Amino acid sequence: MNSESSANPHHIDVKEFHPRAQAAIADPKLRQNFRRAMDGLISKRKDAFEGMDLEALRELGANIRLRALANLPDLLEQLETKLTANGIKVHWAIDGDEACRIVRNICVARNAKTVIKGKSMVSEEMELNHYLEEHGIEALESDLGEYIVQLAGETPSHIIMPAIHKNTGEISELMHEKTGTDLSSDVEYLTASARQQLRERFMNADVGVTGVNFAVAETGTLCLVENEGNGRMTTTVPPCHIAVTGIEKVVGTLEDVVPLLALLTRSATGQHITTYFNMISGPRKPEELDGPEEVHLVLVDNGRSSIYQDDELLDTLRCIRCGACMNHCPVYTRVGGHTYGTTYPGPIGKILMPHLIGLDEGRHLPTASSLCGACGEVCPVKIPIPDLLVRLRQESVDGDKLNPAKVRGHGAKRGTLEALIWKGWSWMHARPGIYRFGTAVAARLRMLQPGQLGGWTKYRTAPKLANKTLHQKMKERDQ
Amino acid sequence: MSARDSILQRLRNRSGGELSVPECDFSVLQRPVSSVAERIEQFQKTIESVHGEVHSCTRDSWVAQLADILSARDARCLLVPGAHEIGRRLRESEQDDLPELLIYDEPIESWQPHLFNNVDASITSTRGGIAETGSLILWPTPDEPRLMSLVPPIHIAVLEASELYATFHEAMQAQIWASGMPTNALLVSGPSKTADIEQTLAYGVHGPKELIVLVIE
Amino acid sequence: MADPIKIYPPKPSHVYFYATCLIDMFYPDAGMAGIQLLEREGIKVCFPEDQTCCGQPAYTSGYHDEARAVAKAQLDLFPEDWPIVVPSGSCGGMMRKHYPSLFKHTRQEAKAIDIAARTWELTDFLLNVCHIKLEDVGEPTTVAMHTSCSARREMGVAEVGPRLIGQLNNVSLVEQTRAEECCGFGGTFAVRHPEISGAMVSEKVDTLTDTGAGEFVTTDCGCLMNIAGYAEKNRKPLAGQHILSFLWNRTNPGKGGES
Repeated sequence: MNSESSANPHHIDVKEFHPRAQAAIADPKLRQNFRRAMDGLISKRKDAFEGMDLEALRELGANIRLRALANLPDLLEQLETKLTANGIKVHWAIDGDEACRIVRNICVARNAKTVIKGKSMVSEEMELNHYLEEHGIEALESDLGEYIVQLAGETPSHIIMPAIHKNTGEISELMHEKTGTDLSSDVEYLTASARQQLRERFMNADVGVTGVNFAVAETGTLCLVENEGNGRMTTTVPPCHIAVTGIEKVVGTLEDVVPLLALLTRSATGQHITTYFNMISGPRKPEELDGPEEVHLVLVDNGRSSIYQDDELLDTLRCIRCGACMNHCPVYTRVGGHTYGTTYPGPIGKILMPHLIGLDEGRHLPTASSLCGACGEVCPVKIPIPDLLVRLRQESVDGDKLNPAKVRGHGAKRGTLEALIWKGWSWMHARPGIYRFGTAVAARLRMLQPGQLGGWTKYRTAPKLANKTLHQKMKERDQ
Repeated sequence: MSARDSILQRLRNRSGGELSVPECDFSVLQRPVSSVAERIEQFQKTIESVHGEVHSCTRDSWVAQLADILSARDARCLLVPGAHEIGRRLRESEQDDLPELLIYDEPIESWQPHLFNNVDASITSTRGGIAETGSLILWPTPDEPRLMSLVPPIHIAVLEASELYATFHEAMQAQIWASGMPTNALLVSGPSKTADIEQTLAYGVHGPKELIVLVIE
Repeated sequence: MADPIKIYPPKPSHVYFYATCLIDMFYPDAGMAGIQLLEREGIKVCFPEDQTCCGQPAYTSGYHDEARAVAKAQLDLFPEDWPIVVPSGSCGGMMRKHYPSLFKHTRQEAKAIDIAARTWELTDFLLNVCHIKLEDVGEPTTVAMHTSCSARREMGVAEVGPRLIGQLNNVSLVEQTRAEECCGFGGTFAVRHPEISGAMVSEKVDTLTDTGAGEFVTTDCGCLMNIAGYAEKNRKPLAGQHILSFLWNRTNPGKGGES
């Protein structure tokens, strides 16, 4: 870990994707860590859906998310009304900065100095920890994986398993160095040490901050999915709980949560359910003996309402953040989460991040895919991720006059030479006579074919032109 | 304009126009009718697969079974509900090998360090269970507050076999959750666990290391 | 939302053969094998002379105007109501799954939808429309198979290749670890991200080699070029061929069943 990344782990240049990918691929330990983890997750997911009508369940999951999106403004208002009636204060933020200010203002009003956090990808998106620290408020992660990543001064490399890039030895050394635990390969010991360290912190924290998996409009309920119990601690022990979530996380009814939960945990980690499913519908009542006296919900837009405008891009907002797309992604498996340099890595990151950071900044993201379709195949809410990648590739080169690009920063990847090559390619392939002539000449002159074709021949031999094209063979056959 | 109004306005004036609302067919959640025995079997199998422990009890036997469970673990004290029948039965029990019984009858602020550091085990009631996922339904109350099932290293839950539902969907509908939710409701499906260190499972990372279910048949 | 269920047509008298540019230039024998297999099933094969490329390379690179211009030139090649068979999951997928959206709101939309509905991946067509029965005349051998991602996921034909090979009495099919995983070709991906693509193909070659088969077949020339090219450059004991060449050679007594 270098000092630069610990100073500000969030400012990783997305454009440095290539060098980071090369470094990751050249690191056998990192590759082994990811390969083993992903292989395990793939097989666990498969087992978890055994005997279920997965396709019908995915169809239902997709439709529930689409229905919620179709009613999004109404549901958000209903959610606000219900939560308010339940005693939960609702805040709205246009972007991450505004959301950070809201959280800080709540802290300041309570004279809060320490914040304990449950896992929240939206707070990563907001760079909340960094912001709070800058304003003199300590923010400590309590999910074990997040805690490890924070100790290392890094960002999560996976949205569900933040420290998946590290093996036990690396974690043991890190904890030894930062917290004084003994060096040990005993995971139980390391886990118990973290429990001890964090229990103290829970008791002394002024505010707890978490994400939300589903926000139910019908009853005004915030649902959190977790295994460790740190989410329950964070939402129960400190006197104030602040939940932050994207505006797309709302669903209509409690019933809607049932299939989404079934899909989420099985897709994410192959569990039929997580240890805790925590449903919060209000702060502590006068007669209750524990629980936070104040509960807040911060609804964060941060580019989502722009994605919402377009019928095709809208599908991005169906996501329930299970991470199955990255678990099954052959590119993610090779390069790991940090290579992307974005809050959300892997396939979902490639279709979501360009909206959050602009397609100019994130123009390399949509290309880093072989379009193999594994992500779309496993997505529990059937987001057509490969189609969205192609759409963003088009947007990044302004490649479609009939459907003009609209994502912020579009066209940034259009290069004069590449555009010219495709124009020439198109000109030739739209003219059959010229195509036949050109390919026949190439076949005749195939000995002159270059043996070196850039990146292709670094790893492979050059493809060999046949001595006659199929067109020529068919012509001869007809005579 | 406030952030709220500007977000809602952007969503309402969507440039792509109104979105169509798809039908949602929940029939995939239906399960064949099952007997209590089948549900108990499935519940036990599922929760045991995630390190939970199940003891089959009767209304007469559970106190003695509990005493055995706790003495095998050298538990020095047990947090029990103040008003619920479970607490009453334990306090009135003649059983002499039960550990010291504590009641959570003061706000957490007044005894937090004690709860966090000195309470070995707790016992709570449940609002039923879910066979398919091996889950317990807990609605914390002033009598059985939220932290009772979370902080002590051993959590014992009492489940009435007659309140075991086939699925989450069935439980939610039978108990009419949509008509009003408590401040906090939980599904608990096993002891606290993590796999954040190299995919290796470890229990009791923040919550209980052991979850023991007494199924009353 | 759901993928439409495939409804196979009755066995037709004629088909259009859409070869794809890779077959045309690099693997014409695989195309010829496909044509001969169809003809042996009693089907008259029409090879539209003006065919070039389905447009996919430009499409997946985001150059949709250029892709549309090329694809538009293909739309007029199939005037009769015959099935269009394609010896590639990738190009078949382009025509079947992406032509309708590429031509949405254009004058060619109806034609694109019609062509999409008539497009079949060739092995799928042989098995499920022609109900082909293969008689193996070759020596005993062992092969592995790599089904391309588009054949598997866009065209839904993952079962087809193994079932066809299963009809060959003297061939045993072995499955490599992580058979579903992409080989790393991905068209321009292999050129834009050579290091990632290289890492993917090296593992694919390893898993195929580990089967001990020494030979693999595949549905798509892109994968073939990638996997066999890597094996050749790195001197791995692994040879590859298009599944159509393999099936034709195994069942054609004239060729002595060589494979």
